[in-house]
Amino acid sequence: MAIESEVLVIGGGLAGLSSALAAARAGADVRLLSYKQSTLQNASGLVDLLGYTHEGDGPLTDPYDAIPDLPEEHPYRTVGVDGVREAMAMFDDVTDYRGGHTDTNALLPTHGGTVKPTARYPKGAAAGLASDDRDVLLVGLGSMVDFDAPHVAAHLEAAGVPFDARGVTIEFPGDLRADAKVTRYAKLLDTNGEVAVDGRMVGARDALADTIEPHLDGEERVGLPAILGDDHPGAVRAALGDHLGVDVFEVPMGPPSLPGLRLEDTLFEALDEAGGNFETGNPVVDYAGEDGHIEEVYIEKTGAKIPVSGDQYVLATGGLVGKGVESDREGVYEPIFDCHVPHAEDRYDWFDLEVFGDHQFARFGLPTDEQLRPLTADDDVEFDNLRAAGSILGGYDFAAEKSGSGVSIATGHAAGTTAAQEVQ
Amino acid sequence: MSDAESSTEFDPTAPNTGEDFEPVDVFPDSDDFDLRPGADSCYKCSTCDTNCPVAEVDDDFPGPKFQGPEQWRLKQNEDDYTIDDSITDCSNCMRCDNACPSGVPLSQMHNTARGEYVSEQMSKFSVEYVRNRILANYRTSATIASKVPRLANFAMNFGPARWVMEKTMGITSEREFPAFAKQTFREWWSARGGAAASNENAQQAREARGEDRDADKKVAYFHGCYSNYNTPEVGKAMVRVFEEYGYEVVVPEQRCSGTPMFANGMLDDARRGAEVNVSSMADLIEEGYDAIASCTSCSMALRQEYPELFDIDGIDEVAANTFESVEYLRINEDLKGDLQAAEVEGDLAREFAYHAPCHARNQGLEHQSVELFRELDGTGIEDVGESCSGISGTYGWKAEKYEKSMAIADDMFDHMDDASGDTGMTECPTCAMQMEHGTGYDIRHPLELLEAALVE
Ligand SMILES: Cc1cc2nc3c(=O)[nH]c(=O)nc-3n(C[C@H](O)[C@H](O)[C@H](O)COP(=O)(O)OP(=O)(O)OC[C@H]3O[C@@H](n4cnc5c(N)ncnc54)[C@H](O)[C@@H]3O)c2cc1C
Ligand code: SF4
Ligand code: SF4
Repeated sequence: MAIESEVLVIGGGLAGLSSALAAARAGADVRLLSYKQSTLQNASGLVDLLGYTHEGDGPLTDPYDAIPDLPEEHPYRTVGVDGVREAMAMFDDVTDYRGGHTDTNALLPTHGGTVKPTARYPKGAAAGLASDDRDVLLVGLGSMVDFDAPHVAAHLEAAGVPFDARGVTIEFPGDLRADAKVTRYAKLLDTNGEVAVDGRMVGARDALADTIEPHLDGEERVGLPAILGDDHPGAVRAALGDHLGVDVFEVPMGPPSLPGLRLEDTLFEALDEAGGNFETGNPVVDYAGEDGHIEEVYIEKTGAKIPVSGDQYVLATGGLVGKGVESDREGVYEPIFDCHVPHAEDRYDWFDLEVFGDHQFARFGLPTDEQLRPLTADDDVEFDNLRAAGSILGGYDFAAEKSGSGVSIATGHAAGTTAAQEVQ
Repeated sequence: MSDAESSTEFDPTAPNTGEDFEPVDVFPDSDDFDLRPGADSCYKCSTCDTNCPVAEVDDDFPGPKFQGPEQWRLKQNEDDYTIDDSITDCSNCMRCDNACPSGVPLSQMHNTARGEYVSEQMSKFSVEYVRNRILANYRTSATIASKVPRLANFAMNFGPARWVMEKTMGITSEREFPAFAKQTFREWWSARGGAAASNENAQQAREARGEDRDADKKVAYFHGCYSNYNTPEVGKAMVRVFEEYGYEVVVPEQRCSGTPMFANGMLDDARRGAEVNVSSMADLIEEGYDAIASCTSCSMALRQEYPELFDIDGIDEVAANTFESVEYLRINEDLKGDLQAAEVEGDLAREFAYHAPCHARNQGLEHQSVELFRELDGTGIEDVGESCSGISGTYGWKAEKYEKSMAIADDMFDHMDDASGDTGMTECPTCAMQMEHGTGYDIRHPLELLEAALVE
């Protein structure tokens, strides 16, 4: 016996969660297996569809418009413009992200002071839009060196934003340790926990607003690094905003990123609500099956191999960086099913000598047929019941195109939907 | 930096899956811990820090990344570096372990550092040491108390005595001591006829199920201290459910799994228990038994912490053949199908607010009960979210940690309040204590509900 489901998804990142969610919403009995937390905790939490073309043109105004001109092996071409739209509709349905009202990319300020084209952004970032012409005060925390507010403000102005930006650096009230964790700030603000200010105990929300207030000089919006609550970010922003009489927004940050973690939580909750099952903490290491058909896979738990079976499988274990694809001196390979990963024989062809050159490794990943089934070196289907989704796919370079989350959501949705159709 | 910034790619490195990563290699000899390989694979992404429930509420706790790889490097590079005492603030929830994308064996590093701190830097005459040792060796006190359960139940919660305990020993007087059962699980087991009776019951069940009467279905039950002394109803439910499925149960000689000892840095005490547990389980496993635990911290200890920390004959075989009890049935029987066809009436026909213990999470069991029971007629189950319960075994019993433990549990209490049921459910006895303490709810174990649903 094995633990059984109809659709089995391997990997708990944006792609795996989108697959499982799509399959569960289509009525299939779904299980998602994931080893560790996904790259979402490193990601900004912004959902980019396509910011630049594969040739580096952009920023693009309408990502959908540019999809038909992408190379044929690009995952967006496999899924098609309608497939991308359906996937984004599901995403909009289960999150409270903004940006779904238009096809046009939004422009958001980043913690490095650039302006970035993105398709969906968290509600908490909404008041920060770069197309808005209200003046901005950016507030950095001394302990968070990743966000140097005066520097970011200067950069934004240099980038030609239609508003005045000013930056100040403050200390988070209460004398926290110099390397306090982002979750520490978030928890204090979530619970409005008390902090010591001049020997008095004050709720963290008021204390923070009091610290910012003297720096305000008529700006109508205030941006802080993304630390404003984990469970109740809306309430935290509202409290700060009421106190200061302005709109408050979060600037998405690098790792560890609260918006990424909040998105992960939201998607797991949505999966639970849709009746999907999941378990995390242990890797899938092997499979059984023959004649191009997978019978079951094995989760490794300290030496024990636990069998889990499905009728249909989705592989969403991430790319070279997430370890869905691995490499050694001999070559590049996919570790669970040993699916074919095209790469040059010679290791020296995998990368370019220029840092920002045309690196093959950035596009390493599985080639698939039109149903997202991985293909062998001879273009045959590897397994009739396996589909792949997310950054394990080849044929695109998410960092250069700014298409990371979009490709994961679109291919995840497509793979999950097709898998569910197969079992019905 | 993020890809929001430039097109260079930030690289989360590989999770250590399988063959490349042999945790026991890290410590060839437990007195000479070499944590270097673990420290080297840390690339400072801070994922672990965002998962640490203590760092979230405690200003003074520098977090798992410091406790693990950073502290290790300091120790390697500075001759007179001693382990930072903040290591005793780690509750050993092992959440950081589960989070690290690079496979750094964080909890192993913490357990080791804590062991070294306690053995080399802590005075054996300090109140704290004595207190921790008493708390960690719960089984010893429980053995005595269970001989006179009524007296113990009274004395342990007797106000003036509690005041003295707090003042002299630092055991918080905020908590109610758990009640001792009038009959321990083992007493019940022997009175019932022990293994012979179980053998007979299992054979009958197999016949009734249309299976081969002589089929080889047998498990060795690791009941742990708590279901022996405090909640024998959980142990009884485990036996009845397994027999219903045709399994013969044996209850081998056993000591505490060691979880509270790891968390208090008492590695020598833990090792003594582990030697007994491994030797009795290893013999049975050789005869074809699988080891089953109903407490998720016990199964965690046997599966992961033992082979990480000790080198005892048979330890890997025991680890590879230990399962959490419900997980075992899911793997080997059609538990889900049977529950879909079942119905519960009477005392356990309730709405449950379910909390997944941290140590269940690490074994991939965080959603198991919700999955199984959400389709069981007559009951409801709602997950109360991913917050840690905060008590972490002996942690929340310490006077200086009580407030912290309650602050961590804050989210869980809120979510329990919001959930529609007012009965709690969890696999972990100390989580159950905390849930009850914070909400006044009655807390049940999934095995009790399985028994109500599946056993005549
Ligand atoms: C620093 C950084 C910043 C980014 N910023 C942005 C941004 O601003 N906008 C944007 O749109 N995108 C961004 N991205 C990209 C985007 O986050 C990713 O493209 C996307 O999240 C990838 O999702 P995925 O599900 O394909 O893979 P991953 O997130 O890598 O998930 C893979 C999952 O599979 C699991 N897994 C791996 N092996 C196994 C196994 N053997 N068994 C079981 N499970 C396994 C892993 O534990 C993990 O949970 C960023 C990425 C990074 C790293
Ligand atoms: S221990 Fe792991 S999770 Fe923590 S910072 Fe290092 S690599 Fe990241
Ligand atoms: S075991 Fe738990 S308390 Fe200890 S450092 Fe890790 S996450 Fe924090």
